[in-house]
Amino acid sequence: MEDKKVVIKTQGLTKKYKEFTAVNRLDLEIFEGEIFGLLGPNGAGKTTTILMLLGMTEPTEGFAEINGLNTTKDTLKIKRTVGYLPDHVGFYEDMTARENLRFTGRLNGIDDKDIETRINDLLERVNLSKVGDKKVGAYSRGMKQRLGIADTLMKDPKIIILDEPTLGLDPQGINDILNLIVELARKDKRTVLISSHLLHQVQKICDRVGIFVGGELLACGPIDTLGETVFKDKELTLELSISPVDDKLTELIKSINEGVKIRTEENKLFVESKEDIRKELVKALSDNDYELLYLKQSGRDLDEIYRQYFLAKEGVKK
Amino acid sequence: MKSNCLQVLYKKELADHLKSKRFIIILALVAITGITAIYAAAYGIRSAVEEENNSFVFLRLFTASGNSIPSFISFISFLGPLVGLALGFDSINGEINRGSLSRLLAQPIPRDTVINGKFLAGVSIISLMVFAMGLAVGGLGIIMIGIPPTADEILRILVFLVLSVLYISLWLAISQLFSLLLRQTATSALACIAVWLFLSVFVGLLSGAISEVLYPAAKATTVEALLSKSKLELMLNRISPSTVYNEAVVTMLNPGVRTLGFITQDQLVGAIAGTLPFFQSLLLIWPHFITLIAVTMICFAVSYVFFMKQEIRM
Repeated sequence: MEDKKVVIKTQGLTKKYKEFTAVNRLDLEIFEGEIFGLLGPNGAGKTTTILMLLGMTEPTEGFAEINGLNTTKDTLKIKRTVGYLPDHVGFYEDMTARENLRFTGRLNGIDDKDIETRINDLLERVNLSKVGDKKVGAYSRGMKQRLGIADTLMKDPKIIILDEPTLGLDPQGINDILNLIVELARKDKRTVLISSHLLHQVQKICDRVGIFVGGELLACGPIDTLGETVFKDKELTLELSISPVDDKLTELIKSINEGVKIRTEENKLFVESKEDIRKELVKALSDNDYELLYLKQSGRDLDEIYRQYFLAKEGVKK
Repeated sequence: MKSNCLQVLYKKELADHLKSKRFIIILALVAITGITAIYAAAYGIRSAVEEENNSFVFLRLFTASGNSIPSFISFISFLGPLVGLALGFDSINGEINRGSLSRLLAQPIPRDTVINGKFLAGVSIISLMVFAMGLAVGGLGIIMIGIPPTADEILRILVFLVLSVLYISLWLAISQLFSLLLRQTATSALACIAVWLFLSVFVGLLSGAISEVLYPAAKATTVEALLSKSKLELMLNRISPSTVYNEAVVTMLNPGVRTLGFITQDQLVGAIAGTLPFFQSLLLIWPHFITLIAVTMICFAVSYVFFMKQEIRM
């Protein structure tokens, strides 16, 4: 991973609106060909970050680079290689899907001939070829979103930035979009940056994610190691179901590790500890003829991140 | 690359305008009122020609009013702003609300092409409308009164049409500015109409009231006082683009108008009654010309600066 080429880089990127700091000293590196998820609750500063990457708003401090080009100075060059799908993407509703795409193509200075072949390919790809001549006003949310992806692909970008691409879609629509995104990265070898507040939907397709809360990047890395970095000092909780439950059991568990806290809730045993005691616990249980029916570890996984940051009310910071 | 983008945007805006129902409604409105006015003027023109000297008959088509129907130029001066406002009141905030502006700005185009393209397309539509109207009405006039225009008259009509384009473009620039300053299209439409009503109706009333306060009728007994009162009133009236436009158009289409504003008997002594040649009329309204251009430019420049600095956030 490390020897890969960095295509998007930010250093100390900061955006302040008067008193309010929307993005605070963001250092981020995104590698070529990966799907990076910028995940965080609403108002975390994701869109602001994206706008700064595209040169649509100027950073207060720090800088961002795409392919080594400064985003505030070389905006036009960057926009030629970066496709951007805004949240709440809108089209000219009186025009058909083809007309909308043609307009985008012409703005990008593509030849008329190439435009037509590209429109056909893209409509096919996002599964809209049958309705390509219908006015966009008649499209459903999911269709518009797919058309939005086709629209960002018109310029054949190396890097694609998608802002909340699954917002307001039904489960089928979300699946379609996510599959499309995976295809863009894996088959076409494009770099994809997705922002979303829907952690559960998006995490499964991301190579790496950054958790972004209150303008700050909390953690950044592959999804499976992320929980550990965020909750380094936090206690692990084991959820157990053991038969039979008796007084000796508690003593047995305490004998493994002195510092554990044990409580019971409806047939279930909750064991909190600083270290991972799963291995010892399972061994001790089987040695003492206890039957382990159920074991679940929680406290350091993404669910916990989700619970802690994403379900929190807006404005409540860590 | 840049001019190409501008061209693409310009064409798209033009097509948008031409296809929109709004444009068709406005066009119908202007066409109906225009033709009515010309018809009424042509109807009464025969008697008018017999009474007075028969020079510049053709121009009277535009300036003469029928029994109860106002003249063509007063229709344009009243409805023209509406055309300009209707074309521009949602040009930027409409795009923002539809979510298409951020998509547009994500394309490799300089930001100013968006607002330039929109304004140019609007001005083109206005020119198209005004010149089509002018020519159609002129043709209709020839058929109805049977007198072709002289070269001098044609020049005057052309200047009149150019003035009308400028006047309506000014309102386009104003409405575009509102579409940038206000987020809701309904609000900007209302703001535009408020400005229009204020400038075309209330400025006239206010200027009368203000000059009355400063030079009360009871005290204004000297010639000088009366003169400065009417001068003040005229100047206040000229705040409104409608007044400027009306003055310019009346001067242009009525060669008998030799001066603007009030003059005393002393100043008239020795003057021979007659009409002004074309270039003298043009000279007389040159300040009006420049004013209309300047105000349009200022409005556009302000919107340009606003647009370039605006944060594009939904």
